[in-house]
Amino acid sequence: MNSKVEELRARFQSEMNAVRDAEGLEKLRVAFLGKKGFITDVMKTMRDMDENDRKEMGRYMNEFKAQVTQELAEQGKKLQARLEEEKLKNDVRYDISLPCESPLGTLHPITIVQRELEEIFSSMGFAVEDYAEVVTEYDNFEAVNVPKHHPARDMQDTYYLDNGELLKTQTSAAQNFILRKYGAPCRAIFPGRCFRNEDVDASHETTFFQMEGMMVDTDISISNLIYFMKTMLSEVFKKDITVRLRPGFFPFTEPGFELDIQCPFCGGKGCATCKHGGWIELCPCGMIHPNVLRMGGIDPEKYTGFAFGLGLTRLAMMKFGISDIRYLNSGSLKALDQFKTL
Amino acid sequence: MFLSMNWIRDFVNLDGIDLDELVHKFTLGTAEVEGVEHVGADTCGVVVGQILTVEEIPESKKLHKLTVDCGDKVWQIMCGAPNVRVGMKVPVAKLGGMVSGMKIEDRKLAGYESQGMCCSQKELGVSDDHSGLWELPEDLPIGKDIKEIYEIDDVVFEVDNKSLTNRPDLWGHYGIAREIAALADRKLQPYPVEDLSVYSELPEVPITIEDPELCYRYSGMTFGHVTKNQSPMNMQIRLYRCGMRGINLLADLTNYLMLELGQPMHAFDYKRVSAIEVGHLEGVQTFQTLDGKDRTIQPETLMIKSKGEPVAVAGVMGGLASEIVDDTDSFLLESANFDAASIRKSAQAIGLRTDASMRYEKTLDPEMTVTAIARYLKLLLEIDPEAKVTSRLSDVYPKKYPVRVITFDKAYVDRMTGIEISEERIEKTLTDLGFELKREGKDFVVTVPSFRATKDVTIKADLIEEITRIYGYDNFEIKTSKMDLHPMLLTPEHRLHSEVKDLLAFSFGAHEVHTYIWNDGKRLSELGLSNEGLLHLTNSVSPDIDTIREQLVPALLCTALKNRGYAPSYNIFEIGSVVPALAENGLACEEKHLGVLLYGRKIDEPALVAQAKAICESIAGAIKGVRFEYRAAAPEEVKEWQHPYNSFVVTLNGEKIGLIAVVHPTVCSKIEKKAAAVAVEMNMDKIYPLEKIMPQFREPSRFPSITSDITFITDSTTPYSEFERIIAGVPNEHLAGTQLMGIYVDDALTGKKSVTIRFTFTSYERTLEMNEVLEYVAAYRDAMKEIGAVVAVV
Repeated sequence: MNSKVEELRARFQSEMNAVRDAEGLEKLRVAFLGKKGFITDVMKTMRDMDENDRKEMGRYMNEFKAQVTQELAEQGKKLQARLEEEKLKNDVRYDISLPCESPLGTLHPITIVQRELEEIFSSMGFAVEDYAEVVTEYDNFEAVNVPKHHPARDMQDTYYLDNGELLKTQTSAAQNFILRKYGAPCRAIFPGRCFRNEDVDASHETTFFQMEGMMVDTDISISNLIYFMKTMLSEVFKKDITVRLRPGFFPFTEPGFELDIQCPFCGGKGCATCKHGGWIELCPCGMIHPNVLRMGGIDPEKYTGFAFGLGLTRLAMMKFGISDIRYLNSGSLKALDQFKTL
Repeated sequence: MFLSMNWIRDFVNLDGIDLDELVHKFTLGTAEVEGVEHVGADTCGVVVGQILTVEEIPESKKLHKLTVDCGDKVWQIMCGAPNVRVGMKVPVAKLGGMVSGMKIEDRKLAGYESQGMCCSQKELGVSDDHSGLWELPEDLPIGKDIKEIYEIDDVVFEVDNKSLTNRPDLWGHYGIAREIAALADRKLQPYPVEDLSVYSELPEVPITIEDPELCYRYSGMTFGHVTKNQSPMNMQIRLYRCGMRGINLLADLTNYLMLELGQPMHAFDYKRVSAIEVGHLEGVQTFQTLDGKDRTIQPETLMIKSKGEPVAVAGVMGGLASEIVDDTDSFLLESANFDAASIRKSAQAIGLRTDASMRYEKTLDPEMTVTAIARYLKLLLEIDPEAKVTSRLSDVYPKKYPVRVITFDKAYVDRMTGIEISEERIEKTLTDLGFELKREGKDFVVTVPSFRATKDVTIKADLIEEITRIYGYDNFEIKTSKMDLHPMLLTPEHRLHSEVKDLLAFSFGAHEVHTYIWNDGKRLSELGLSNEGLLHLTNSVSPDIDTIREQLVPALLCTALKNRGYAPSYNIFEIGSVVPALAENGLACEEKHLGVLLYGRKIDEPALVAQAKAICESIAGAIKGVRFEYRAAAPEEVKEWQHPYNSFVVTLNGEKIGLIAVVHPTVCSKIEKKAAAVAVEMNMDKIYPLEKIMPQFREPSRFPSITSDITFITDSTTPYSEFERIIAGVPNEHLAGTQLMGIYVDDALTGKKSVTIRFTFTSYERTLEMNEVLEYVAAYRDAMKEIGAVVAVV
């Protein structure tokens, strides 16, 4: 009796070992567990057995059936896993080294540098302002203390318009507006586009960007001016910058300075950027002229302030190594599409 | 401007001072020095020699064999100069010496030994003359080092003229010496002059000034019996080192005074000019200036006349007819002060900017005209003791500057500098610079010297500059300021520009470009477009670029023209200024616009239009949380670059804020044959003031939605907004939304199109029944009949 079961068991094992796919497994299942399968056949023969034998046989057979069921299920899982594995192995393999097309456009290099500066000044509590490009003579000259016959008003420098206005020659044209808008105390920067009627070459443009800044309060001093310039420029160039002031004359400042920085590219040893002088003249600045404060509605006896002008265009050129200023307004995408940066 | 340290040393003792360091201090304290040259440093061992013999040699036509007595010995020297002569005294560079960096060695020329070199003036750096040897005066002792006789050695430095614009007192060596003395903490010598009062009994020179507003002062004096006509060599050397050249004694002295004191002067031949009138000419006249050129003189140009005849362009240049010539022995000396703006205009009008006019433009001190004459006379008498004064000082001085007195206290200095500068230091600095200073209690009462009072120093802030620059900015302690904290947010305008730039660059792949504020006339005409605008530059270099733009898109089209062949498709944008209108008072109504150009092939045009609209929708929705409306542009709203029918106006609450337009195919074809372009232009000034509306959260329904796609057949001209209008007209609380699934134009259906719309229904309370939804759909289907849309039979 047992030998019959053992025989079946052996047969199951050997057939199970031969199973290669889901179809074979199903055949095996039907052969052993089906209605006309081996197990049913044996069960049917049990009716003719005596009670003790039947009980014993029933226990054997149930065990065997459970074993078969379990092994079939396990084998089924194994086959499934092997199948999936096969499929994965045959899946397409991607070449991650393939070039891709960038969906990004670009910002203008001036925008990039301008944002950097705005971020530095915003973090120090400065407002960021904007101003018109077509301005009155009053804004551009009178309000910043440029007298009537000053050479800066000459036709050859300034673009005059047929309605009597002009294209602003300096961001200082916004000083009056800003002083009136904020009153004192006031901290503001105002980047903007300026225009000068001059011959265009690799380092001269009719249309360029400046960024002006002002700080007004009861006790703003030259010492503060040097501090802010040094801090700001060190942030711009991402290193500690040595600055020096020289006397400079601008109608809207008194005293006025030319601010030089020790060349950040060669450390002052002399290179092409600093024309081998070790210093770069970067930023006219000074204490705001009392007349300018007065015209801005601020009492110069009570308040003092400093102002500075930065050549944004020049800074962008230095930062990105642009040797010819004409690229900036060229609209040439071959030149401009290189600035894929946030 | 070139400056000679020797000259400065006439007025301040610089012994023991490192001159290079001093020049550096000058850059940091006064004005930028552009270069320093130690002239003569590369020349040594040059002595006075006398030519004893001159012998021609058969081997060369040019070379001569000389024997030259140099005191220690007679040397044989081969020399190619044409002016060699027996008995002549010349500078000789001896063996072991050096001339302009060249070592003098024993060598052979044309086979003859040459033991030294005879030099020209140019070789010794004292003039440009290289025509022959420098012929020295006969009385010079043989063998004496030339450097002990002449100013071969000097330190010459060049100061950037621009940095002296506001310092009329620094246009001469004496003023520079005053600065140097203050910077070096040395004493400035008084200016050496002759006493002119002793001549007050002599007759007067007739001087009249027609317009005192243009001529503040005219001082004149006449001299006679001049016996010399050449200036001393050292004077010529100084003139040369400062960029001028010797002409004759009387003219050289005027130049010398201009370079020394900064006062331009002019010497007229007394035979031609014995009286002076300062005024204008009647009508346009031709006048020949010293340089031999005929100049057209306008009636507004200020002139010097003598008995009605023009003799000089005031402050610019004298006339040829009255110039000092070799036999001039009497002259009238002019030392005058003119209005700066008038001289600048004169110089511009005749196109001649001279050393004199350049100085007058700076607003010179009228007090120095007489000082200059007194100094001139001193120098003249030193050189030519025979010369005689033939008139008294004649001085017409109709316009004086007021004496300026400025009061300030130390607290003001503390506040402006932010550092501690002692009272003693303040006093010393101002006194060194020529200011008179008194103490009245806590106050400093400062009288500004005339040479600083014409425009330079007028207020107390000017004195801060004087104090701090001599103190030295490098010596400042630097400190941050104390200020109250306030939130400092970006302005709405700035924020909008920044967000729009990011959106376009990083969501729509557009490149930001900068174009000019004026139209590019040349390229516009290449595109077949006219160069239109309300404002024009009055002084543009070319009529092509004199019109201020009204719109941005044409500039972007010109940019596309420049980028022909760059790529098959690309997007560009700019935020820039335009002037689309003028106010009633004529002032520009400037607006900041966004311009976008989407460029691609003709077949991409529908996609470009969709993208253009997506840009508008993103600006409205993502940046401001609002919705724009769109309508077809009326014919009068369509500019020539736009497609006449595919041009649309973008509005917000009915107000026009921008446009979307297909670029006219004719214009596109000028860029590239198969090109298509769609443009967007928006007035940013209308958008930034809008309050941003933030999205309000609505919880999604927990029940499933049911969708139903319906295809309508309608006239091909029916806009989608008509469907939206009808749908909105049938309110249904369960309608969650509609979506356009597709539009199909079938060739078989002439003039018709089919439009498939997906309706989505949801309830917040329950799962909807299918038959309810069918009823809802039927209502919409019926309503569509109004616009002639029928459901397609599937």
